[in-house]
Amino acid sequence: MTEFLNAIILLSNFVIIPALSYGSQLALGALGVTLVFGILRFANFAHGDLMAFGTMVTIFLTWWLQSLGVSFGPLPTALLALPAAIVITALFALLTDRLVYRYYRRIKAVPVVYIVASVGVMFVLNGLVRILIGTEDQLFSDGQKFIIHANDFKQMTGLSEGLSFKVTQGLTIALAVLVVAALFWFLQRTRTGKAMRAYSDNENLALFSGINPDRVVMVTWIIAASLATIAGVLYGLDKSFKPFIYFQLLLPIFAAAIVGGIGQPIGAIVGGYIVAFSEIASTYVYRKFLIYVMPESLEPTGMAQVLPTEYKFAVSFVLLVVVLLVRPTGIFRGKVL
Amino acid sequence: MSYLSGENLRGGYGGADILQGCSIDVDRGEIAVIVGPNGAGKSTAMNALLGMLNLSEGKVLLDGRDISDLSPQDRVKEGMAFVPQTNNVFASMTVQENLEMGAYLRRDNYMETMDQIYSLFPILAEKRNQAAGELSGGQRQQVAVGRALMTDPTVLMLDEPTAGVSPIVMDELFDRIVEIKKAGIAVLMVEQNARQALNVADRGFVLVTGENRFTDTGDALLANPDVRRSFLGG
Repeated sequence: MTEFLNAIILLSNFVIIPALSYGSQLALGALGVTLVFGILRFANFAHGDLMAFGTMVTIFLTWWLQSLGVSFGPLPTALLALPAAIVITALFALLTDRLVYRYYRRIKAVPVVYIVASVGVMFVLNGLVRILIGTEDQLFSDGQKFIIHANDFKQMTGLSEGLSFKVTQGLTIALAVLVVAALFWFLQRTRTGKAMRAYSDNENLALFSGINPDRVVMVTWIIAASLATIAGVLYGLDKSFKPFIYFQLLLPIFAAAIVGGIGQPIGAIVGGYIVAFSEIASTYVYRKFLIYVMPESLEPTGMAQVLPTEYKFAVSFVLLVVVLLVRPTGIFRGKVL
Repeated sequence: MSYLSGENLRGGYGGADILQGCSIDVDRGEIAVIVGPNGAGKSTAMNALLGMLNLSEGKVLLDGRDISDLSPQDRVKEGMAFVPQTNNVFASMTVQENLEMGAYLRRDNYMETMDQIYSLFPILAEKRNQAAGELSGGQRQQVAVGRALMTDPTVLMLDEPTAGVSPIVMDELFDRIVEIKKAGIAVLMVEQNARQALNVADRGFVLVTGENRFTDTGDALLANPDVRRSFLGG
């Protein structure tokens, strides 16, 4: 029995909790991608770097707050900086729309033109972030580190496996639930949210209903930038901030959006968790887990790992390819890219 | 002078002129129907009134005012409602939400209009929380007309409202459209089912190659032997 409990704790500690928090971060990122796709009708390759930009702004503001001696008790100071960073990032996204995308809307460009334009925006953002904050790792998490510490857990339960639950993990999951609930309430209940859904569903008819497309586009960018900043900051707090890693996050985020069904907010969330769980579960070393649950004669001699950690991006790729082959609309029947 | 009139309309979608100087008009409390063979420019004529193509000649008057330079969205604000032939509902949204979107521009209390629409189309009240995309063709058409009516329009334009619905549903839709005109709305529609449409029409326009061939009351057109022979199959 203790063996079994130890196995469960081991798995929770190294797979379930990390995947829940990583999945929440991906879900928030994928929601932004899916909203932009649903409303502006293009796959925004600059989303990962928009996350980096928003996180960078948060880090600068956090440093400034820290230099003033401000802290948020047990919670990271970055949370205090987040609202202002969201406003700055949203303004930046609106500026990008004004300078780049608005022109293509006016000439009614085909989607591939938008995609290439967004790749251009991605490179500009990429460079901008590296010039401003550098290419190095930035740790900006402060406050208390753990909600449950592994050693405390061991003492409390008497098990030989410890369960640690970091503040950043708890924060990620709690904030993701709040943000998603607020977003769904907005989309389902408010006049502007319904107008966004209508515009995404049938642009022509939305125009005949008097819905102002400029306003819908503006609100979409504000929401996308907010989601990107929150997702980026949560990821940065949980791990660390490095511009290159955020650029790479684009792949699992796109995989999440497409697996769930692009253009479907609920799909982005489910997709985020599917990608996160697949990635972590397939790169986890199951040796110790199997030793706990298997009879002694069947204990593994090797690492019992499906894929080495370096190949974690392959998981997103495989998921993406399989979904596009088998069910191109994704789980929740989104649009086909 | 009619409430809505397009005079001597000439133009197309960029290529050759589809409309060769046709005139369409309709008054409030009337149904006007545009009929004619395929490619006659029926839908194009309606689109011209809506401002969706560039006119090289002619003008559109609404209540005596020249609206030729207004965009389609601005014409909607002026009280012109339009039901396209296809993709005319928000398929992923509920019936109720479809109607709410029709009232998007309205700042007054639109619940009364919504109740009127539910009593005009009782089936919609029953299915108000169902996604419009899950409804049958005829019900969807009712949602589309309902959404347009929610704008509280003075002019209702319908592009082939009975395309693809069964004859029974078609008769019922025409009955409802007659009720709508009695509320003082100017109804203009393009129809393939010329005979049934002319039956309910106060005015009929028979278009051929972008020009008016016959213009008369619906009954007179139905009685006209030339119209019967050429366009109504005898």
